[in-house]
Amino acid sequence: MNDRIKKLRDQSLAARPVISMERAKLLTDFYQTGQAERLSAPVARAMSFKYLMEHKELCVNNGELIVGERGPAPKATPTYPEICTHTMKDFDILNSREKVAFAVSEETRNLQRDVIAPFWSGRSIRDRIFKKVDSAWIDAYEAGIFTEFMEQRAPGHTVLDDKIYGKGFLDFTKEIEKSKAGLDFYKDPEALAKREELEAMSIAADALMLYASRYAEKLERLAKAEPNTARKKELEKMAGICHRVPAHAPGSFWEALQYYWFVHLGVITELNTWDSFNPGRLDRHLLPFYSRDLESGVLTGETARELLQSFWIKFNNQPAPPKVGVTAQESNTYTDFCLINLGGVTESGDSAANELTFLILDVIEEMRLLQPSSMVQVSKKSPDRLLDRALEIIRTGYGQPSLFNTDSIVQEMVRQGKTVKDARNGGASGCVETGAFGKESYILTGYFNLTKVLEITLNNGLDPATGKEIGVRSGDPAGFASFDELMEAFQKQLGHFIDIKIKGNIVIERLWAEHLPAPFMSILIDDCISTGRDYNNGGARYNTSYVQGVGLGSITDSLAAVKYHVFDKKNMTIPQLLDNLKTNFEGADDLRKTLLDKTPKYGNDDSYPDEIMTQVFELFFKAVDGRPNTKGGHFRINLLPTTSHVYFGSVIGATPDGRKRGEPLSEGVSPVQGADRHGPTAVLKSASKIDHIRTGGTLLNQKFTPHVLETKDGLEKLRHLIRAYFTMDGHHIQFNVVTADTLRKAQKNPEKYRDLIVRVAGYSDYFVDLGEDLQNEIIKRTEHGLN
Amino acid sequence: MTGTIFDIKKYAIHDGPGIRTTVFLKGCPMDCWWCHNPEGGDGDAGGLSEKARTVSVSEVIQEIDKDRIFYDQSGGGVTFSGGEPLAQPEFLKALLEACHYRGLHTTVDTCGYAPTEDFERICELTGLFLYDIKLMDNDQHKKYTGVPNDLVLKNLRWLVNRGAQVQLRIPLIPDITDTEDNLSAIYSFLEDLPDLRGISLLPYNQFGADKRARFGLGDRLGKLPSLTKADVETVVNRFTPLGYEVKVGG
Repeated sequence: MNDRIKKLRDQSLAARPVISMERAKLLTDFYQTGQAERLSAPVARAMSFKYLMEHKELCVNNGELIVGERGPAPKATPTYPEICTHTMKDFDILNSREKVAFAVSEETRNLQRDVIAPFWSGRSIRDRIFKKVDSAWIDAYEAGIFTEFMEQRAPGHTVLDDKIYGKGFLDFTKEIEKSKAGLDFYKDPEALAKREELEAMSIAADALMLYASRYAEKLERLAKAEPNTARKKELEKMAGICHRVPAHAPGSFWEALQYYWFVHLGVITELNTWDSFNPGRLDRHLLPFYSRDLESGVLTGETARELLQSFWIKFNNQPAPPKVGVTAQESNTYTDFCLINLGGVTESGDSAANELTFLILDVIEEMRLLQPSSMVQVSKKSPDRLLDRALEIIRTGYGQPSLFNTDSIVQEMVRQGKTVKDARNGGASGCVETGAFGKESYILTGYFNLTKVLEITLNNGLDPATGKEIGVRSGDPAGFASFDELMEAFQKQLGHFIDIKIKGNIVIERLWAEHLPAPFMSILIDDCISTGRDYNNGGARYNTSYVQGVGLGSITDSLAAVKYHVFDKKNMTIPQLLDNLKTNFEGADDLRKTLLDKTPKYGNDDSYPDEIMTQVFELFFKAVDGRPNTKGGHFRINLLPTTSHVYFGSVIGATPDGRKRGEPLSEGVSPVQGADRHGPTAVLKSASKIDHIRTGGTLLNQKFTPHVLETKDGLEKLRHLIRAYFTMDGHHIQFNVVTADTLRKAQKNPEKYRDLIVRVAGYSDYFVDLGEDLQNEIIKRTEHGLN
Repeated sequence: MTGTIFDIKKYAIHDGPGIRTTVFLKGCPMDCWWCHNPEGGDGDAGGLSEKARTVSVSEVIQEIDKDRIFYDQSGGGVTFSGGEPLAQPEFLKALLEACHYRGLHTTVDTCGYAPTEDFERICELTGLFLYDIKLMDNDQHKKYTGVPNDLVLKNLRWLVNRGAQVQLRIPLIPDITDTEDNLSAIYSFLEDLPDLRGISLLPYNQFGADKRARFGLGDRLGKLPSLTKADVETVVNRFTPLGYEVKVGG
């Protein structure tokens, strides 16, 4: 990379995340004027957005080619008091916690205490949510049965398609006007609501154009004052770009990148969409600009690379906004989950990989940044070269790009009722979540602790952690005559808790629709403009709500242990087992050893546990899939944890698989750490028994020693391994290529391993930034070595 | 039909083409000083036979069949190793036949020390032989492996002339097999076998010694100088210009 990029990259790496009160202050200023009370909710939100974009500080970092930050400077991270009003205690924790900290200045604290908190307290969506959900929900939430995504973050989780590359915001404004003109007040009872929503979108569109023109003016001023002629020319050029986009469709590669970046900032300034919002299929979107500009000579391979690198740094400058409480535990990372998709297929189903795909892969390898995340979609039609290039980067031990199966992604979407065209234009985002880019609101509503539900089943509705009866009375397991009776009891508890979760989700969806519509985001996602409905209120073409199952390996192994020892071998009784769980296997080393070593385990291509796994999957699927949400869409499942497997493990006592109290659960659809003993093919076979097509994403991480992948032959065999998993409909796979030994050393001497990046779940993170329990969990994962 | 195995390893990526499953058969007529699979031998000192188990052909095939999708994808298959798989000739033949009828590619990893008739019986059923050549000097061979090398050389000649696919494997043990004399003797021997083109070099590693120590076996080798990349490269460069396809490892 050249000097400019190196400097910008170093600056990004060195910047310390701090809380910026700019957004909170501006927003509060706006609402304190009282004008919001006289406006409809969408218009009030749009006006507040416009106020933010009008007054937000502008930032042009030295030498940079793409402008705009979420806060006033790189890693100055705003808060969203209308979503979550931080307490003083929250700020103290953020400021002092060992991992994922944000510096909080005295001035920030004072402002929060004196102005922000008094105004928003009770009005924030978080406060509203906790007031509106019922006590059964609170009990289950507090027990760690599930988490709730929308209590601190907005229902974002969507990705942009290609619409901005052919249209400017002036075009969107015209579309909005047209939709407004078509409203039929005589026949449509929603006409007024739609007019308000469309009016809001129009204001939000103006806001973004205004923001860009402020930049154009600032860049012109900077250009005038710039003594260096080369930089002066650059600044003039950048000013010109900001005059054109986003008002007009981009005319060049550079304009396309700056345009997207303005849109990105609009989305993440409007709300904290936690975030996942990203350009999606970047290699496809940019290809026409790249080819045209190369041909006309305004772009060279080198400048294209430099612009992409600048673009990458912009993502890395934006840590995920601070999370507290359970949300911090379930997603304990600075990563904001922007997952750039490469490869995949075109609308007509051909391989979409192109020359830009490979240039972007070079950029990923060279930049080696935490953000944005990146992935390669591999279809059966993708060339081997694409997969091999991705593996060459993966083997450097960076945990990126991750690998996805396009053919499964498309089938998953078609099963959910999407058109083949929309499915092929989509991909995966966040960690592994499938979505129709530019056309879907696919909300993760919360992680669901499957293993905890088993614990409550084994205790006949009681939570042994608190002694509270939070489940239903599903029967005293000591009296169960067969494994089937245990499964029936589990099904009852599962149904009970899923009902609670879904009831809560329905309430929460309505609160968001009512209080915090997202008119800016609505411009970007079809068909909000044509239907006149907000993104948070069913305006998207597809509206999916996910419940994410966690601990599949742990619950499977626990159930397998009960079945095997209690009902088949009859060498243990349920009361005996429960007594030992209660005492955390104290003085019962032999029994624990039997549970650990002499019990069938998921991940070994052994039908005994694997059939139990599919039973659990079917029960979970049946409890959730197809239930209607309030936005015209449905509830679906997927299987991924972020970091919630650590949190969920911390609320569960010892389990029948030999796991001790508080230890992390298995992660994604991966086997329990260390339980897989027959190599990677056995793991993939076991994992492929899940019907991935009926999920919206599953997550499988594998660990390889670097040695195995040193040679071309080793890499080629890994490619075959992945192709075989994808032939079996596997959705996603990713690798940590690092030895346990290295990880242990990094744990001991973190200062020497600052740059060691590992795959956590559906994202990568700096190893030394992870909590100790999560570090240990990753070390314990089975390492596939040399045979 | 049953036999004794001591391990089944999946995702074996160094035992023949593609992704393979390697079945380790118990029993070996040789006793090589550098052996890294001592549990494949006949002895059971120090728990060497702890993992040995009697299995039927169908049990083994059932396990092998599980990874068929990986073989199909990668052009892989099954490798029978040991020990010496031909130490159980009937069992091996039955396994190979079962694989043959399922269309699975088979590889036999052999030390070559078995009656020629046994090779005759499995030759047609075997897709590839991984055939070890250790020492060309008979006395040295006897010293380091416990048996003479005439049968080993005879069988190799027989297999190649018969048209079998053979990949030669040479363990590079510093100062023992990795000597000028031994390597040139191997080369001279190969001159008569123009159909044999593939050679794998297996550089010595500490792994075998550690494993033998774990089983409480004496270390007859003592401390060996470790092989550098350059050492291995020297051997590669000896064979490559002669038209051999030389691989390091597997």
